[in-house]
Amino acid sequence: MTIKPSALEGWHWFAAATKPLAFVVLLVPLIWLIYAASNNLLGANPAQALVRASGDWTLRALCLVLAVTPLRVVLNWSGLARLRRMVGLFVFFYATLHALSYAWFEMGLELADLSKDIGKRPFILVGFLAWSLLLLLALTSFDRAVRWLGGRRWKRLHRGVYGVALLSVLHFFWMRAAKNDVAEVAWYGALLLLLLGWRAVRARRIAMLA
Amino acid sequence: MLIRDSKQGFDHGVPSEITPEPVYRARRDLMRSMSAVAAGAALAGWSDRQAFAQPATPAGTRRLSGVMRSTVPGAVTLERLTDAKDASGYNNFYEFGTDKSDPARYAGSLRTTPWTVDIEGLVAKPGRFAMEELLKLSALEERVYRLRCVEGWSMVIPWVGYSLAHLIKRVQPLGSAKYVEFVTLADPGMMPGVRSRVLDWPYVEGLRLDEAMHPLTLLTFGMYGEVLPNQSGAPVRLVVPWKYGFKSGKSLVRIRFTDKQPMTAWNKAAPGEYGFYSNVNPQVDHPRWSQATERRIGEDGLFSKKRKTLMFNGYESQVGQLYAGMDLQKYF
Repeated sequence: MTIKPSALEGWHWFAAATKPLAFVVLLVPLIWLIYAASNNLLGANPAQALVRASGDWTLRALCLVLAVTPLRVVLNWSGLARLRRMVGLFVFFYATLHALSYAWFEMGLELADLSKDIGKRPFILVGFLAWSLLLLLALTSFDRAVRWLGGRRWKRLHRGVYGVALLSVLHFFWMRAAKNDVAEVAWYGALLLLLLGWRAVRARRIAMLA
Repeated sequence: MLIRDSKQGFDHGVPSEITPEPVYRARRDLMRSMSAVAAGAALAGWSDRQAFAQPATPAGTRRLSGVMRSTVPGAVTLERLTDAKDASGYNNFYEFGTDKSDPARYAGSLRTTPWTVDIEGLVAKPGRFAMEELLKLSALEERVYRLRCVEGWSMVIPWVGYSLAHLIKRVQPLGSAKYVEFVTLADPGMMPGVRSRVLDWPYVEGLRLDEAMHPLTLLTFGMYGEVLPNQSGAPVRLVVPWKYGFKSGKSLVRIRFTDKQPMTAWNKAAPGEYGFYSNVNPQVDHPRWSQATERRIGEDGLFSKKRKTLMFNGYESQVGQLYAGMDLQKYF
């Protein structure tokens, strides 16, 4: 059977464009935040708006990266796997922006105040743990790290992202719990639970088949 | 030359605190209108007001007339005023939602005419006051107060009203009255936030009688020379400048004199976090964050350090004696 060359070319173009396209799309929040901050569009309390928005985008990127594998399997779209590392690094990127805006705008980059605050507020501690875990994953995200660690150990380490998901929702929940205002947290929690639950069910099925 | 020290109040003298032009122009306007109109004429602005949440634009119909600059010690800070747009666009008024922009967005549904305030409990002359009576009860004053939110931000707002003490004296509290409870409107039809269970509605606040009688405790009808926008607690609210903002109830419907300390809304919701007194105090942290510093809305830049919070929000020389000998760690 022969495939028309033109159709093949079209597919190649699409496959090749997915990654740069995703890169640009994932940069849009950052570009918007920089634009909004420099044009005074962030409301009366821009510091707080930046801390919140960067946190929101971290969570969204996290949902996205955890959706890559389920979507790849469900849609049978193997090309998606090539996006996983990039999306993961975006999670780390927005988490770092979030941590930096907090440390700079809220704490004035005072190390003493920062360490005191981490000790004082459980939800800050949880956020800090989640970011530290992400840092570890980002540092071992390149190809050579897989070779150094060995595929199996690398995989086990990078399952740490499930822990990041749980810590992030806990962090968000604790922040909002004081105001009894957890509807938004529940949405993220449900979505992440669904994405992690899908993995648990699949792992079980595979184990039963084996 | 008069030499002032910190015991007499808040010190000023930094060039950046020189009153900006629009502010002193607005004050001149106030002075001009003041000479023409008697205090009762404040009603003129009232009857025209529209029950919409509005950005505080200088629309003539909302302007309160006959307003005098307050002579109460400590009542007029010379610090830079917060933009009216920020003061009426960045609010905590959970009856309209928990987001800071919710009150400005949804408070348009609040109808403020007709409006009455019931005076109840341990007083010789209980009764129901219509807004018109309340407005005529004493001369309206402009007071420029610092507002410190428990969340760690602050503003400087020119309020219009008179000392709550004038109303209290009128209704003659009995000797047994020790506290004053302030009950605010909770109407699910006009206030979408009341349908959620964020707090136990209605929102109730309280003061000790001597706190309520303090001349700085303001029964407030306006801000920036105009009637209060709905999102800021129209048509009548309390402003207690030395306490965290949530102590100043908005859209008051009932004032009750009691012999027991009132159960306040936030104290009920989180007793370990929000005490009955809730005086601004940089030395007593909120269990979940420091209260040592604050961000002045619209003034402190993104990268500038937050400013130090002052004891009793800078009103220590006026109100410190109310708490002489009290353990402020225990009675937070």
